[in-house]
Amino acid sequence: MTTIEVTDVVKRFESFEALKGVSVTLAEKRIGVVGSNGSGKSTFARLLNGLVLPTRGSVVVDGLDTAKAGKAIRRRVGFVFQNPDNQIVFPVVEEDVAFGLKGLKLPRDERESLVDTVLSRYGLEHLRQQPAHTLSGGQKQLLAIAGALITNPACVVFDEPTTLLDLRNARMIARTIREMEQTVIVVTHDLALLNEFDRVLVFDEGRILVDDAPSAALARYVERMQ
Amino acid sequence: MSPTPSSESHAPARTRPGRSPLHRMPAGIKLLVLAAAGTGLAFTTSLWVLGGALALTGAGYAIARQPVRRLFGVIRPMIWLLVPIFLVQGFMESWILAVAIVTRIITLVALAQLVTLTTPSDTMIAVITRALTPFRVFGVHPGKVALAISLALRFLPVIGGLAQEVRDAQRARGLGHNPLALALPLLIRTLRMAGDVTDAIEARSGGDDDEDAAPARTPVPVTPRAGSAAASSPAPAPRSS
Repeated sequence: MTTIEVTDVVKRFESFEALKGVSVTLAEKRIGVVGSNGSGKSTFARLLNGLVLPTRGSVVVDGLDTAKAGKAIRRRVGFVFQNPDNQIVFPVVEEDVAFGLKGLKLPRDERESLVDTVLSRYGLEHLRQQPAHTLSGGQKQLLAIAGALITNPACVVFDEPTTLLDLRNARMIARTIREMEQTVIVVTHDLALLNEFDRVLVFDEGRILVDDAPSAALARYVERMQ
Repeated sequence: MSPTPSSESHAPARTRPGRSPLHRMPAGIKLLVLAAAGTGLAFTTSLWVLGGALALTGAGYAIARQPVRRLFGVIRPMIWLLVPIFLVQGFMESWILAVAIVTRIITLVALAQLVTLTTPSDTMIAVITRALTPFRVFGVHPGKVALAISLALRFLPVIGGLAQEVRDAQRARGLGHNPLALALPLLIRTLRMAGDVTDAIEARSGGDDDEDAAPARTPVPVTPRAGSAAASSPAPAPRSS
């Protein structure tokens, strides 16, 4: 189980302060993050794997500081973006899934076996030689998840994974997230997705407003939004 | 959930898997032949040589078992370029030279397409990476060049799709064909997308060959689905780090 310690984090983008002294320790298996647009939740998500570094404070993942061991942390904490089109970087499905393995210098057989396993897990094996741009939205999001999981991260952060999907594909991705054995941290506006989660953080104006079990946290969030 | 060919029209050629001699030929040799043809044909205006090269290229399509329509598919979008070149050369130089130049362009583009159709892009990129390795001493980073080629291949159709979206939005608001009105929003969206893509490459740890001190976890990804082909794969590694 991954432990992420966020200590007194402030994040400024020029004059805009996106996070204002956030401190929290994340050790549960399923953690949801909600909040209105501009509340700082996406910046918070990007802090967790070192894509964004704190202006002040620290983020420590399993003892590794994101400011000092960014690459090791990115192998430990995978990230799935809202728009899979921006995450898929190779033109063909199987090539894109294999992208994360490039730095590991694995033998070709082992690399192919890993690609087979992950494509099969997400039902993409029949699309392995398909150009990525011809996939449906749901298939692209599955491919993005497969690409993030190929290096076997201990934790995966999802930034609004169902926002661009239709209902059927959103449900399919939600089911996929629920079935994952990794620690998952999901930033979302889809409150139903978080029902069976262990913990939900509600962000508001760069601070954690509520940190509670899903039912209580989401009730407070809905109340706040009215 | 079926694949959607929404942006197929913007797509570059893609590999058509097969077992023909051309598919089995090493990618390095195919790229060498392409480079040699590109250089050699640039120095001749002989219609016999150029016609022969075009015929050989056509034979290559037959050997690779690629339908003739794929050859014409390469030529069709180039008509708008070929016709003015042919007319300008014909009126200003000679009609024989015009035929030679157009034949040369068609031959080389068709040959490049044939290489693409018979070579997976990752194989082609691996060859280019190897070929660039000696240039490291001049500051060339082969891995980054390879990534740039992949990104170009990947994002041509995506940017084509974006352009279509912008055009549709402008048409819906009553704007006609205005290249400037298309270019500006397209540029802004492309630059914004480039920022997201950079983040994604960073997140997937592929942008740099240098490793941090901390070791990676064993990359055996996930438990296979019950009943799936992967169910017979070796057991996954322990989840602990």
